[in-house]
Amino acid sequence: MRTLKPSRGLLLGLVAVVIAAACGAPGASNPSPEASVHGGSVSVLGVWSDGELDSFNAVLAPFTAQTGITVSFETSRDQDAILTTRVTAGNPPDLAAAPSPSLLTRFAQQGKVINLENIMNMTQLKSDYDKGWIDLGTVNGHLVQIFSWADLKGLVWYNPKVFAAKGYTVPKTWADMITLQNKIKADGTTPWCMAVENGAASGWAGSDFHKEIVLSTVGPNVYDSWWQGKTKWSSPAIKSTWTTFGQILGSGDSNVYGGANYVINTTFGDVGTPMFQNPPKCTMLNQASFITSFFTKANPSLKPGVDFNFFPLPDVNPQYAGAHVGAASAWSMFKDTPQARALLRYLATPEAQAIWVTRGGKLSPNKRVPLSAYPDDQTRAIGALLTSAKIFKYDAGDLMPSDMKNAYWSAILDFIRDQSKLDSILQSLDKVQATAYQAT
Amino acid sequence: MDLLIQDVPTLVLVIVGVPAVLAAYIVGGEYIVRLLPDKARPSVRPWIWVGPALIIVAAFLVAPAIGTVIQSFENHAGNWVGLTNYQRQLADFPTGGAWIAIRNNVYWLVLYTLFVLFFGLLLAVLFDRVRYEQIVKSLIFLPMAISSVALGVIWKFMFWYQPGDAPQTGTLNYIVVNWLHQSPKTWLTDPSINNFSLIAAAVWGITGFSMVILSAALKGIPGELLEAARVDGAGEITIFRRVIFPLMMPTVVVVGTTLVIFALKAFDIVYVMTAGNFGTDVLANRMYKLLFQSDNPGGSSAVAIILLVAVIPVLIFNLRQFRAVEARR
Repeated sequence: MRTLKPSRGLLLGLVAVVIAAACGAPGASNPSPEASVHGGSVSVLGVWSDGELDSFNAVLAPFTAQTGITVSFETSRDQDAILTTRVTAGNPPDLAAAPSPSLLTRFAQQGKVINLENIMNMTQLKSDYDKGWIDLGTVNGHLVQIFSWADLKGLVWYNPKVFAAKGYTVPKTWADMITLQNKIKADGTTPWCMAVENGAASGWAGSDFHKEIVLSTVGPNVYDSWWQGKTKWSSPAIKSTWTTFGQILGSGDSNVYGGANYVINTTFGDVGTPMFQNPPKCTMLNQASFITSFFTKANPSLKPGVDFNFFPLPDVNPQYAGAHVGAASAWSMFKDTPQARALLRYLATPEAQAIWVTRGGKLSPNKRVPLSAYPDDQTRAIGALLTSAKIFKYDAGDLMPSDMKNAYWSAILDFIRDQSKLDSILQSLDKVQATAYQAT
Repeated sequence: MDLLIQDVPTLVLVIVGVPAVLAAYIVGGEYIVRLLPDKARPSVRPWIWVGPALIIVAAFLVAPAIGTVIQSFENHAGNWVGLTNYQRQLADFPTGGAWIAIRNNVYWLVLYTLFVLFFGLLLAVLFDRVRYEQIVKSLIFLPMAISSVALGVIWKFMFWYQPGDAPQTGTLNYIVVNWLHQSPKTWLTDPSINNFSLIAAAVWGITGFSMVILSAALKGIPGELLEAARVDGAGEITIFRRVIFPLMMPTVVVVGTTLVIFALKAFDIVYVMTAGNFGTDVLANRMYKLLFQSDNPGGSSAVAIILLVAVIPVLIFNLRQFRAVEARR
């Protein structure tokens, strides 16, 4: 089956697993006896709720129907705390879908997660995923994480109707964007909408904007050494990314609707509301691909491509053109059960991933998920952007130790509140950096 | 539903089993005491009765406390690092380490305790003089029935911020904008007021508790005393200052020290409303963040011990007061 063409290979592969699982027959294509599992249950810990949980359940439905394995899904936004407690107490879930790899990497270093090389079909996996994804899931030479769905960050959303009416054009370069920003201001509108409040995780939405700037300013190498804690926050390279971010905010936050107070007091999901008001209160906003579901939830009449569209945030340094930051759901196994193996294998298949992709709101890192699976042209374009990105880097904040990540988010809040405090903010980040990486 | 059915045997075990074991222990213990010579019985019997409590306290309080102390001197790998964890928490006064949290705990300690006592006492004394006392007291006691998390969420809506040109959906900003004609305030993110916003929400939630206890103490003051004072020509304010307040003092102190401990333990409201951002961190929230978000058990234990050391004097004082109140009865 390895030599088959991808489209047929995936079909046969899944059929083989499913038949093997459903009939309890010794799987000819899959030598491990676990494939013959039927019934039982698998426990999963994740962060999805509401619409996202519905989509995940839709993904699980064919799996449960075919294998008889029930999935008991436990959801919590405070997953770090719950997973840490349960792993430490020796009572982990079978599988966990953490939104960030850093937490799972920590468990991997402590030897608390199962190595996946012998569980997954590695040849298939390596042909399905870019090497970057495999490397990201590899800790100390062992594959401990696989990725199912992804979000692409660094997308600037705007209302095409407003752009057409005012004669704005989509900027291709950073300089273009600053020009556009000034033009919008000169026309008497606010260029940007921004909203970063999210309870204990407040600030991340702003950090997404900032880290996109980091990647396209300093390039992938410094970006890596930055999240790895080897480049100081106060170093000239990183400091310049903050001043660039300050350029977006404008002096005294004059470029963002409602000023700093609105930005830090408004929930990230409501960011689009002022942009779709009549007359619009702002012209553009930066957010990952998932934000469209918030647009349409708040305002069901909005149509993708007609009422809102996106352009990739221009790269600050043209040398790093085509650089993108993204994030994905990382799966790890804590208890090696036949049922958990079956589910993990299923989640890595393009069929499983396509179910959510078609429902909207997620992209797939699996190259065999066809672009035709995406629900509309806009998401298709984002999906193409993900697979064609010249430089793709995982969300730096999620890769940092949680201590560093939380300090980063708080720093974003402090910076938005008062840009003049940049030096003291970076100093305190340096201090956290000095200790945060020792714990893990 | 499956879970419920699975849990039925456990439920039966708890409902039937726990009382059965307790009864067996009491009967068995008493049987053993009876076997002893008469003289030995009084010295053995108390230990039989306090025994289970002592074991439970030792297992679930003393042992973890000792474990926390030990952990506070260790690094992540479990190696002895001396006072490093404490040094980190107490470094860089006044803004580094745990200092912001310590400062905020002092705010909480002073303002929360005083305001709750003040309002509790005021309401208790004033409502004592009206006919609809029970209804009003019930209403003020009502927030006690709300969990702190729900209270935080409710007050978050009260403090909601919208920019000046948008309709204000937060109650307080509605008043500020439409009645006082000021620009809306960012109650939870402005470091000059946010701690007080949090404390105000907490005070609202607990005032009923203080009022009910103080009111009970007030009712315990014999009417003859007040009458005697009136006959002697004392005004109502003088009576409150010279007769009522001194007699209520032991209760005020007990409620006050309890509130001090509540203030030091403040966590849920901060966690829900600001998550410790914008300079509103408190020690309990810091402890939580260090342990669960930063995976830093040593630092977290150090914060826990700092908190414990701060609580101990209050605890001792509180116990003494309890005893003093008992002695007076």
